[in-house]
Amino acid sequence: MAKITFDGIEVEVEDGSTILQAARKIGGNVVPPAMCYYGPLKGSGGKCRVCLVKVTQGSAKDPRPMPKLVASCITQVQDGMVVENTTNEDVLNARKGIVEMLLINHPLDCPICDQAGECSLQDLSYEHGVSATRYEEERRTFNKVDLGPYIQLHMTRCILCYRCVYTADQITDKRVHGVLGRGDAAEIGTYIENVIDNDFSGNVIDVCPVGALTDKTWRFKNRVWFTKPLDAHRDCPTCSGKVTLWNRGDQVLRVTARKDEYNEVEEFICNTCRFDKKEMSDWTIEGPRHIDRGSVISANHYELPVVNVPIVPNLPKSTKKNLPQH
Amino acid sequence: MGLKILTEHINVPGIETLEVYRKHGGYRSVEKALKTMTPEEVVEEVKTAGLRGRGGAGFPAGMKWSFLAKPEGVPRYLVCNADESEPGTFKDRYFMQKNPHALVEGMIASSYALGANTSYIYIRGELMFILRILEKAIAEAYAAGLLGKNILGSGYDLDLHVAPGGGAYICGEETALLESLEGKRGNPRNKPPFPAVKGLFASPTVVNNVETISSVPWIINNTGAEYAKVGIGRSTGTKLISASGNINNPGVYEIELGVPVEEFIYSDEYCGGIWKGKQLKAVVPGGSSVPILPKELILKTAAGEPRLMSYESLSDGGFVSGSMLGSGAFIVFDEDQCIVRNTWNYSRFYHHESCGQCSPCREGTGWMEKVLHRIEHGHGHQQDIDLLVSVAKQIEGNTICPLGDAAAWPVASAVRHFREEFEWHIKHPKEATAPGAVYRGQLAEVTA
Repeated sequence: MAKITFDGIEVEVEDGSTILQAARKIGGNVVPPAMCYYGPLKGSGGKCRVCLVKVTQGSAKDPRPMPKLVASCITQVQDGMVVENTTNEDVLNARKGIVEMLLINHPLDCPICDQAGECSLQDLSYEHGVSATRYEEERRTFNKVDLGPYIQLHMTRCILCYRCVYTADQITDKRVHGVLGRGDAAEIGTYIENVIDNDFSGNVIDVCPVGALTDKTWRFKNRVWFTKPLDAHRDCPTCSGKVTLWNRGDQVLRVTARKDEYNEVEEFICNTCRFDKKEMSDWTIEGPRHIDRGSVISANHYELPVVNVPIVPNLPKSTKKNLPQH
Repeated sequence: MGLKILTEHINVPGIETLEVYRKHGGYRSVEKALKTMTPEEVVEEVKTAGLRGRGGAGFPAGMKWSFLAKPEGVPRYLVCNADESEPGTFKDRYFMQKNPHALVEGMIASSYALGANTSYIYIRGELMFILRILEKAIAEAYAAGLLGKNILGSGYDLDLHVAPGGGAYICGEETALLESLEGKRGNPRNKPPFPAVKGLFASPTVVNNVETISSVPWIINNTGAEYAKVGIGRSTGTKLISASGNINNPGVYEIELGVPVEEFIYSDEYCGGIWKGKQLKAVVPGGSSVPILPKELILKTAAGEPRLMSYESLSDGGFVSGSMLGSGAFIVFDEDQCIVRNTWNYSRFYHHESCGQCSPCREGTGWMEKVLHRIEHGHGHQQDIDLLVSVAKQIEGNTICPLGDAAAWPVASAVRHFREEFEWHIKHPKEATAPGAVYRGQLAEVTA
């Protein structure tokens, strides 16, 4: 076990844990954000750089600070390590800069994006970004790519986190997509336009932190905050069958894997559960899905009765005349 | 004439053949090391020599070798980084072309020291003609019993391969090189683990530059102590410098570290002065990735001492008034060169070569290039100058590998030392974009 101090809070974690894992043990607002790191995917992390932190003391044995900011998701803890995240100005400035960089080639089309409301970049920009950009050059755009009947790739929104590539590598039996090109011309693609059609391909949708890979069976059907998430399961021969249903009334609009508070799936699910089982009768309902992160998903889940709000009395007469009479 | 450790016989006709190379003392170090020394003794000699990595970082080679993990039953590898491709750097390709056996000899001696039985020379794919030269030298070495099983009856086996890269600058970064050598996309790996623990095919690996490895035979033949006597301070030995730009004698020179910069620029033995009798404006002393220095700072250190061609002297004053020896690519600019155009040109290179894995480098290098393009083409705004500095700062130190730093430093240093020139470009777009236009005002004052 190793003891580290993270933002002044002491926490004990298993040897071999990363700084990010230690921070998650503390939880709350001190946890660094992560766009490319994804717990269930081996080898992910280190790319987006939004989880950079300052190590002011390397360990009890070697108290020297680390010369540069380090990616907390891939840096292992040492006993006696002291880490600063929210308490370090350099870290916050670097994070602000990285958010600005990420938004250079990510359109702010949240009003029409299916990921709105559950987009990690939206949350990141809200928490660490600034209201205006200094970037005035042309941004990159791509035509939408058809990846078959279930998955829509919209590269214009992609932030090249590589999560879907790791997913395809690690949990599907037939990898047909990867990263093509280099630098800011790099793109996720299937090389020769191809369909992604294995049993677990739908999981690339769940791991995508932005709206680059979306579910064609759900696109434009609703906004996530108008839906009602329910935990449900079925006896599935391919996967665990444990899912979240996103309903409007009794209509199943979307099926996803269950995600934890850091937006990481608990268990990957198969395409049959995700795309083909859209009837309530297909599922055993366990109860409402508890969404406890500060998210708009929970915005319309009223716990208090809705009260009738009186019509605003000070409207101009001309407007009042047109109002329907009750 | 200083001591020539690497280039003494480089102009001997036929030195690229094994026969001529051996006539001039070639492969003596292999005989000596394999028959009379233990691998540990060779490592100790390199440590004593104080040989520093000649690829750019300048990390002590002997120390790097001693970090190599030695688990039982796991192979170890030596990989020679011959992927030289930074603008202005051309010493290794010249050396390999002229004297390929010197590298092969260095590879055998170094592999023996590291306990590697398979070694690779990773060469830039565009240099196919040099790859053929190396392959011929390796074939000669195999035929002479200098490679393969039981080399010279010593019981030591070594296989040496040459592997061409796909032509990406990022593959010169050691972990990207290893990825590429394994047949994967050349993206840098997250560190740790470092290659010394988990490198090629997940085995302990040392990656060294061509010049570093080629210096080892001399150290074995003459001892590390003798090597350490050459040079100055912790900058021991000799260094190949590829000199280019507006000088009378561009080319590759072997210097004893510690030669004054002024002597290197103006002496007929080396650069021969600025061409056409013009004035010196600035120098990039270690390849395009290191900070540019104006005339006053390249000739004198922060302390006012004459600047020397050494790791310590060139970095004296940090990045405020110093730079780096880097790979030893000495690029000289005369008074007629436009710093803005030059900075834009470098920035184009780094934008093009960024692998795109991490956000600050992927997006930041392109952003800097576009802002510089705007300024150079007469569409810049005053706030663009501070924007450049800010973006460079957002990239520096925040990326997976040093390419981010390499992209940020030239821009930040150009603005630091030549801010007036950038301002002039923005204030006078018509004059600045006229053919052959160059700012001739006073250089910005720099405080150390």
